[in-house]
Amino acid sequence: MSEQKTKVAEPRVDAPADHSTPATNPFQNFLKGSAGRNLGLVIALVLLLVVGAVTSGDRFLNLENMLTILRYASIIGVVSIGVTFVITAGGIDLSVGSVLGLTTVVASLTSVQLAATQSSWILMVVVALGVGALAGLINGLVVAYGNVVSFIATLAMLVGARGLAELISGRSTQIVNNRDFLQVLRADFLGVSVLIWIFVIVAVAGWFLLNRTTFGRRTVAIGGNLEAARLAGIKVKRHMVSLYVLAGVTAGIGGVMFLGRTTAGTSTHGLLLELDVIAAVVVGGTLLIGGRGTIMGTVLGVLIFSTLVNVFTQNNLDTSVQALARGLILVVAVLLQQRFATRGGRTRKAKLKPAKV
Amino acid sequence: MFEEDHLQPLLEVRGITKQFAGVQALKGVDLQVLPGEVHCVMGQNGAGKSTLIKTLSGVHQPDSGEIRWEGEPISLPGPTAALDLGIATMYQELDVVDGLSVAENIFLGHERASGGVLHVKKTNAVARTLLKRLGHGSLSPSTEVGTLSAANKQIVSMARALSRDTKMIIMDEPSAILDSGEVANLFRVVRELTAQGIAVVYISHRLEEIRQIGDRISVIKDGRSTANGLSVTDTSKAELIRLMTGRDVANVFPEPTPIAPDAPVVLEVDNLELAGHFDPVSFTVRAGEILGFAGLVGSKRSEILETIYGARKATSGTVSVNGKVLRPGSVPAAVNAGIGLSPEERKSQGLILDEPIFKNVTLSTFERFARGGHLNERSEREAAREQIAALELRPADPDRPARTLSGGNQQKILLARWLVHGTPVLLLDEPTRGVDVGARAEIYALIRRLAAAGTAIIVVSSEIEEVLGLADNVLVIDDGTVLTNIKASDIDEHGVLDLVMKGSAA
Repeated sequence: MSEQKTKVAEPRVDAPADHSTPATNPFQNFLKGSAGRNLGLVIALVLLLVVGAVTSGDRFLNLENMLTILRYASIIGVVSIGVTFVITAGGIDLSVGSVLGLTTVVASLTSVQLAATQSSWILMVVVALGVGALAGLINGLVVAYGNVVSFIATLAMLVGARGLAELISGRSTQIVNNRDFLQVLRADFLGVSVLIWIFVIVAVAGWFLLNRTTFGRRTVAIGGNLEAARLAGIKVKRHMVSLYVLAGVTAGIGGVMFLGRTTAGTSTHGLLLELDVIAAVVVGGTLLIGGRGTIMGTVLGVLIFSTLVNVFTQNNLDTSVQALARGLILVVAVLLQQRFATRGGRTRKAKLKPAKV
Repeated sequence: MFEEDHLQPLLEVRGITKQFAGVQALKGVDLQVLPGEVHCVMGQNGAGKSTLIKTLSGVHQPDSGEIRWEGEPISLPGPTAALDLGIATMYQELDVVDGLSVAENIFLGHERASGGVLHVKKTNAVARTLLKRLGHGSLSPSTEVGTLSAANKQIVSMARALSRDTKMIIMDEPSAILDSGEVANLFRVVRELTAQGIAVVYISHRLEEIRQIGDRISVIKDGRSTANGLSVTDTSKAELIRLMTGRDVANVFPEPTPIAPDAPVVLEVDNLELAGHFDPVSFTVRAGEILGFAGLVGSKRSEILETIYGARKATSGTVSVNGKVLRPGSVPAAVNAGIGLSPEERKSQGLILDEPIFKNVTLSTFERFARGGHLNERSEREAAREQIAALELRPADPDRPARTLSGGNQQKILLARWLVHGTPVLLLDEPTRGVDVGARAEIYALIRRLAAAGTAIIVVSSEIEEVLGLADNVLVIDDGTVLTNIKASDIDEHGVLDLVMKGSAA
């Protein structure tokens, strides 16, 4: 040891007694919190609206068009709420699009069978939700008790459910001729489409379920630390099954909405829907590795993508250009998120000063 | 002081056994815990402590034997059963969920709710009371646990144990992640718990610690009880080591070999700085020298090490090996120049756990064993086998997955990796974390041997005694500032702590 660098420590302020709440400026804390993350999404959404208003003017910026955007968002939105739960718990559900297609086929066939009876529209809804729940149950059982990675289990369901839908429908489109059903789903309430109301109700219910119930709490815990959740006495496997059932049910609700919008059931409904759904959930700020989920973020993510589609359509841009833009947005959003996350992480690490007792 | 007469045992374990896939983890363990005592359970890595803990917390079910709780025979089919009886466990890998708040973690699995709807305010209020009871009223129940230090996460774990009607808390090496100040606080909390009549089963490697906190000791060796309910005050340290290892461990630290006066400077660090983490540091390490970094957790010791290694990019200053300045912020540059790092988190940063020993040993040198891109596994295995023999690595099978080895043997794999590599500079971050007493002596001897062979070594450890015992020279670091650079023989543990405390006071 040749050189000696002995240095007297510079006087410094004592570490705050309460080091659990590091004193940073409130604005930074806000940006790091969930409200801040959502603020970024709101800004992105407002920017999109500005772009729409500038390029298309009144054609874009009117109530009717805003409702069109929401109507477009509603089906993807409902399914995204369900998938947000699965992803928050560290899983993934690739099968929601196929399952949605399957529910439209089965429900529309029910309507053909029972065309005459009056209450059959309720039965159609029940059948659609039941089929969705059943598909979710199978997903959940295979993942939780069969120990199959959720990616593979739900990929199998994606392929299988689509195939089953084709077999059942004979690849033909079933027209829904049940008037009551169509009347209910194509109605407006307070000037707003029932489809949008369903989205609102599912989103509010989803927010409550995730943030204010034991079910939501346990979902976050399982995604954040599976072992800790198990050791805390949470029935992890059972809970995981229920999450996939939940996603399946939202796919069923989506199926009902699809039937209402298109008045027909076919095996191609919901094709590639899972990609839009996962994109919206991830852009919204739910972590793909689990442990953090945000319903508000998912809703904003869905709105961003549906607004984008609308802006592009208003400007008569090719769907290929749309797809390209959506891909770009997805990557940029995730890159921004990671920047935020690591910055937060680093500041956090720097705060890891030990308590000196 | 604690009185053990006339007390009915809270927990009685008799002759429990447990087998996993052909391995007999427990071959007959007895344990008797009294209410309000601190009962220490000791044993080397692989002795069966973890299996015993998991059996008592309902994670594993014993194959045979009897467990009695307050005199009644019981069975524990799952974690919930143990929790309901009043047995809570604080695991070594902190079992908290980072994304949830302090209060949410405390009540995880038994949330305050009616009909599934959470009572947020009530949860926070009860959590605050529990934290106050643990002397951590300043910890806010709504803080996200991911932002807390390891010590505070442990407090959350402890509050969780108390949030149920707990009569016994099992603590699995609670001090392993704490610095000395935090350990003092842990002990204070443990004493408060026992004063309330709660029994604490305290698992630890550290003999000094057990003498401070324990009432009675039980020892396990190779899945069997070798001692039961010994009084801490009447049992000598040597006796405990003998019970744990079955042999006498005399001198833990090896004699240092004097550094040749003409030994060349191998590693030179000149005014290296990482703004926001540590101030400029300068020092040199010569061939055959062991330099120790002493300081508390959070002193930025590891950050300095990682910056030398290029894993973090220095704001200013240089690192040179044998006179050649390294490109900053580049790990490949450091490795090519001959710097090896054995990281703090062995399992997550150092080893590929499911790969066999030999592939882990050749991880930084496997290109040498390849011809035209084709790996010659036979010669890889041969190289690994040589190291296994030289380091007395157990089991001596190069094809065993790294995961199945004890902490000490995993550490030997990392040392073997750099031995094969033949690096002139070796950075060791917490080389004995999770390594038991017997294996520690072997690791120390190995490090000393590497130095004697001319390697320049830096050792970082949160155990000041270890740094002082092993190193030739010591840097005392506090909060990113080097307080002094001194010969290890010229300072003792108190001296280091005095310096650090003075540095912090100001």
